[in-house]
Amino acid sequence: AENEPSWETPCTKLLVHVSTPGCDGFPNLDSKESYKLSVSKGSMLLSAETIWGALRGLETFSQLVGRDENGTYYINETEIVDFPRFPHRGLLLDTSRHYLPLRAILETLDVMAYNKFNVFHWHIVDDPSFPYVSSTFPELSKKGAFNAMTHVYTASDVRTVIEHARLRGIRVIAEFDTPGHTLSWGPGAPGLLTPCYLGNAPSGVYGPINPIVNSTYQFVTSLFQEVSTVFPDFFLHLGGDEVDFTCWKSNPEIRAFMMKMGFGEDYKQLESFYIQRLLNIVSSLGKGYIVWQEVFDNDVKLRPDTIIHVWKDNNMQYLKEMANVTSAGYQALLSAPWYLNRISYGQDWIEAYKVEPLRFEGVPEQKALVMGGEACMWGEYVDVTNLTPRLWPRAGAVAERLWSNGTVRNVEDAYARLAEFRCTLLGRGVQAQPLYVGYCDHEFGGV
Amino acid sequence: SCPTMGRAMGLAGLLLGLVVVPAVLVSTSLRHGTPWTEVEPEPSGWELAADTVPEDSLWPLPQWVRTYPRQLQLAPSRFQLVHGAGSSAGPGCGLLQDAFRRYYEYMFGHSRRRTRGRRPLAARAEPELFQLQVVIEAGDPGCDRHPHLASNEAYHLTVTEPVAVLKASEVWGALRGLETFSQLVHEDDYGSFLVNESEINDFPRFAHRGILLDTSRHYLPLKSILTNLDAMAFNKFNVLHWHIVDDQSFPYQSIYFPELSDKGAYSSNLIYTPTDVRLVIEYARLRGIRVIPEFDTPGHTQSWGKGQKDLLTPCYNGGQPTGSFGPINPVWNTTYDFMIKFFKEISSVFPDEFIHLGGDEVDFSCWKSNPEVKEFMKKKGFGIDYAKLESYYVQNLLDIVSSYNKGQMVWQEVFDHKAQLKPDTVVQVWMANNYAHELSSVTGAGLTAVLSAPWYLDYISYGQDWKKYYSVEPLNFPGSEKQKKLLIGGEACLWGEFVDATNLTPRLWPRASAVGERLWSSSNVTNLQDAYKRLTNHRCRML
Repeated sequence: AENEPSWETPCTKLLVHVSTPGCDGFPNLDSKESYKLSVSKGSMLLSAETIWGALRGLETFSQLVGRDENGTYYINETEIVDFPRFPHRGLLLDTSRHYLPLRAILETLDVMAYNKFNVFHWHIVDDPSFPYVSSTFPELSKKGAFNAMTHVYTASDVRTVIEHARLRGIRVIAEFDTPGHTLSWGPGAPGLLTPCYLGNAPSGVYGPINPIVNSTYQFVTSLFQEVSTVFPDFFLHLGGDEVDFTCWKSNPEIRAFMMKMGFGEDYKQLESFYIQRLLNIVSSLGKGYIVWQEVFDNDVKLRPDTIIHVWKDNNMQYLKEMANVTSAGYQALLSAPWYLNRISYGQDWIEAYKVEPLRFEGVPEQKALVMGGEACMWGEYVDVTNLTPRLWPRAGAVAERLWSNGTVRNVEDAYARLAEFRCTLLGRGVQAQPLYVGYCDHEFGGV
Repeated sequence: SCPTMGRAMGLAGLLLGLVVVPAVLVSTSLRHGTPWTEVEPEPSGWELAADTVPEDSLWPLPQWVRTYPRQLQLAPSRFQLVHGAGSSAGPGCGLLQDAFRRYYEYMFGHSRRRTRGRRPLAARAEPELFQLQVVIEAGDPGCDRHPHLASNEAYHLTVTEPVAVLKASEVWGALRGLETFSQLVHEDDYGSFLVNESEINDFPRFAHRGILLDTSRHYLPLKSILTNLDAMAFNKFNVLHWHIVDDQSFPYQSIYFPELSDKGAYSSNLIYTPTDVRLVIEYARLRGIRVIPEFDTPGHTQSWGKGQKDLLTPCYNGGQPTGSFGPINPVWNTTYDFMIKFFKEISSVFPDEFIHLGGDEVDFSCWKSNPEVKEFMKKKGFGIDYAKLESYYVQNLLDIVSSYNKGQMVWQEVFDHKAQLKPDTVVQVWMANNYAHELSSVTGAGLTAVLSAPWYLDYISYGQDWKKYYSVEPLNFPGSEKQKKLLIGGEACLWGEFVDATNLTPRLWPRASAVGERLWSSSNVTNLQDAYKRLTNHRCRML
């Protein structure tokens, strides 16, 4: 008969059941993101231990809903049991090399949620600019931002980012990278950076933070006191990478200090001296810390719960580093093979996808110390004009590698799903670039 | 970092847009792991204030520029772009009228001060510039024509009070001059529009300065193409090489053969209707840009076979058709009947004197497998040299297209495989390996050449690759003066395998700008530091 629907009874409700209470908290490294999804005739149920799992499940559910040629929405009977392989699945954005307007950050958080990323690593300041408006030291952004009126993140902006992230189950880990990568701090904090010398006179040029003066540690204490309050996550990223010793070496006061301390010509010890004090300050503020691998490589004394961020990638060295870091008992995060700012011709998402974070020599206890990893989008050549197409769908390859089971590696299958997902992103208004030739039902309008 | 002042950029804009930190940001402006091979001087705000000259905003750099310290002020509510006395073009010249409005908008559009202001002019020290008068000198200005290879794009610009004058032989030169004038106008700290007194004499080094867009590997919506034409005009490009169809899809809606796009397009909405095509051509024309369509055959034609039966060669395996197809079948008469009709349409739809016929990357394996083709080879005495069969096809095609009074462009293989070309056939050199040698060969044979080999912009890589595009010297090939004259220009190619509307604009610009200056400006304009300065300013202006 004509009136007989060809479909089963329309589903009207997705019931979401969360067992652990708490909607107002923040996600953390230990948050449980598992969920179960059950779609059958007459019933659709999403159950999760926590709200974070519910968020993940909702995203999956939204990906199951299809639309046929008549425009009817449908969903197949489904049973899903899901949980992430790694608890730390992050994306790094760099807002110092280029300022990123708030809407770009918020949109990125949206797409991170579509990909089940759960950490936003905000590399907020660096050499070129200081966009973070500090309430304790307002001069930092006044003198250090590209434009103190327009290219800054106010306290309100920062709160907006943190809440927008929280609502998507995404942690915000801020990075205030020191002692290197701090040139933009100089104009707003006179006396903080090391004056470099040419012969016997200051050259007018500055280097890393000056580790030998007390004022440095007073400053750092005050700043991190503020940062610890502003950013609710337990972890802060303290940087510690690429410290150039040339300026320190040129400075006579520093040379004298080196002699006094018996460091000889080993400036790594001076760097460690600074980092040690910084880590103590941050610990006393009740925060945990993540540091770039140099801090570990240079034998700094670290707390056992320090997380080491592995980023150097010359000839797959990173696997060795992962082995060393975990063998020393530290937790590790992998970024080395996932520098998405390093673009190249062709389907480079495949290389990112093929990475196996645990493919290093080590016992199971070591492997258990790998918390996850982060895709990095450094900003030297990236701003709002090209951020989204450069990030997506390439970062999706990293997302799956960090969420899905280690056995999910088939590239052909991944291509099919990722290409389809890219079309989905377009449908959601995301300017994600193509993987290869083809088309989506809803093309991007073009600008 | 770019100031948010729209197109009119002032010294203030430059100041605000720059990093206000000490000069030696050099070593630390690089990220993790990036090899320290580049040294990018990040000038401090103070340094730039002292050094900034009006030329710092020009791209591409004109042939001859003189600027003076004296500045003139422009009042948006009063300033006008007008036809000058003695011009052969007047208000009836739609192309110029359109350009006047467009450039007014570029210069003042972002300003909120276009209505009458309250502060009297007397408060300012600078004299006012009231008009830019445009004078077209040739008897026939070209208002209603399409630009062509021999169009005159030279112009002479004099900016002095009370009236600036832009002289050009044809409207094409006026368009180039308007772009340059708009690059000279800047805003100061107070938001006033200023321009330095100056004199510019300019003309392009090469006559063919193109961008190739590929709308087959990915469909490009109209908006994307039109935005790109705007960007091309900002960079004085004058050819859109529209690689419109290929293996993957056939979006061109043909009037004689509607099935080609009905069956060959990715989907029914991802097509270019005759109206769309006309729009692109006219939009381009108003910017002095030629549209050269490419219908690439006999290879790169998989999508043609969907809508046109018995066009492609059926491939064989062991005496049986496999069901798959290869290049266009060169042995059937029906193939040429089709081409005669098809190119009759193309010749009338696209007004440019040239049509690009492709001819690249023909895979012979399918031909070799086909018994009819093998029989034909024997009959013609081609032996096993399938390049001869390809040339046979190409020559027939060239004859067909010539009969419609169209010139032809072809990819280099057509020349390499020794097809008999017409004397005015343009050969596009694209293979990167030893392209200088190829340029020598092509021009040595007396043929015109266009260079693309070093300018495949779809080949992205990490870092400032614009520098390598900028550093190409097209005439660096062994040859006589006469030969060098046969290199008429070049094209930056953005093949579409990994490109669509989501990433086209940032991928193409400002990298293509480097090619734009190489093709327009004098060969001695090669300083990378200066280019970086001007190109970063130009990029902000394009934003």
